[in-house]
Amino acid sequence: MIKITTPLTAEVIKDLKAGDQVLINGVIYTGRDAAHRRLVETYKAGKELPVDLKDQIIYYVGPCPAKPGKVIGAAGPTTSGRMDAYTPLIIEKMGLRGMIGKGGRTPEVIEAMKEHTAVYFLAVGGAGALLAQRIKKAEIIAYEDLGPEAIYRLEVEDFPVVVGIDCYGNNLYQVGQAKYRKLA
Amino acid sequence: MKEIPVELITSTVENLCIKACTVLGDDWWEATNKALAQEESPLARDLIKLLQENARLAVETNEAICQDTGVAVVFLELGQDVRITGGSLYAAINEGVRRGYTKGYLRKSVVGDPLIRKNTGDNTPAIIHTEIVDGENLKITVAPKGVGSENMSGIKMLKPADGEEGIIKYVVDMVEAAGANPCPPVVIGVGIGGNLEQAGLIAKKALLRPLGQRHPLPHAAALEEKILERVNATGIGPQGLGGRITALDVHVELYPTHIGGLPVAVNFQCHAARHAEAIL
Repeated sequence: MIKITTPLTAEVIKDLKAGDQVLINGVIYTGRDAAHRRLVETYKAGKELPVDLKDQIIYYVGPCPAKPGKVIGAAGPTTSGRMDAYTPLIIEKMGLRGMIGKGGRTPEVIEAMKEHTAVYFLAVGGAGALLAQRIKKAEIIAYEDLGPEAIYRLEVEDFPVVVGIDCYGNNLYQVGQAKYRKLA
Repeated sequence: MKEIPVELITSTVENLCIKACTVLGDDWWEATNKALAQEESPLARDLIKLLQENARLAVETNEAICQDTGVAVVFLELGQDVRITGGSLYAAINEGVRRGYTKGYLRKSVVGDPLIRKNTGDNTPAIIHTEIVDGENLKITVAPKGVGSENMSGIKMLKPADGEEGIIKYVVDMVEAAGANPCPPVVIGVGIGGNLEQAGLIAKKALLRPLGQRHPLPHAAALEEKILERVNATGIGPQGLGGRITALDVHVELYPTHIGGLPVAVNFQCHAARHAEAIL
């Protein structure tokens, strides 16, 4: 088990290999479909972004609302592929270093990750109640009108992920599935 | 003639929304225990145990199993001798969804217009399917449907000549294309026959059948077994990280169809096979 703390540097990412189990500590940011669209539109319009993503991690999640006395509701990953159209630009131009989600990525995303030393982590899809317990603080910092799609700043403690695709392009899905495949 | 007041329908739907999003059925526990026994990959076994731990925790803390508490899909079996009193049936259901998702602190995931995409803020409207049946009961099933699995679903108008092999190939192709996205181990609803919309509807209804229960018709049950075996030979496994158990179960539903047609719909359900029922 590898412990890392945000913000991430290229040196930390270079040591992470597909399949490594990692515990993330520190600040991460949430963002999903609508927030990605707005970030990219804002950037293209030459306007100021509501969050500095340099060396940061985006967690693809739209959490449930927090009950009274709780930090956040269920908060598991959503399907990363829906963000693929926006991700290369966010890596290249905004300096994003890491992503947490579930499911595969396009070759364009993987190329951007290799070129700019970024990493893609997987969290367990559907384990929302369990993952919420590792989130110690949550506040909305942008796009509140988007409801569950707003950008949250989260403080996480030992948030459990596995390296899905490393900065060399190694892909845990491909390796894992090939091992158990019986079809021709 | 039985009278059912709309207030009772609203409070029932409210409770069913919360229950479905937080409590998984006994059939789910049996299916995941069976999956644990069959799974060869140590990582996949750990993942299934983690999903069970998550399900336990959800009940214990009254928290949603998954943050995608979905669109509320509501199935009604309305006895023809029932009279709804005090208001509109569909308005009562939507009010129940509104209250359930608000009071239960469930996520509101519905946009009011698919192009403008503004969140309605209360998870309404529900998607309501009504079937008129004999008798004087109203059966309400609430099945919150997440989008990770729904997005991977599809329909294909096969030719009669494609036959069973064509059906199996289509389902397996869909499973392979879906990979990790629908949160395996999935449940797969396969609707065969009818027409475009009927195939889709019976594929969705197939997801409501308890896990581990086979279709009553032997040839349909045999097809379920065949598809399950092939799907679990893909190696995709829990969370797509490799393993034996890509699907917890496959449920086939059949419907009469045209002499020239063989529609097949595949509806994926993530491992959180959520639904709750009540009879009024």
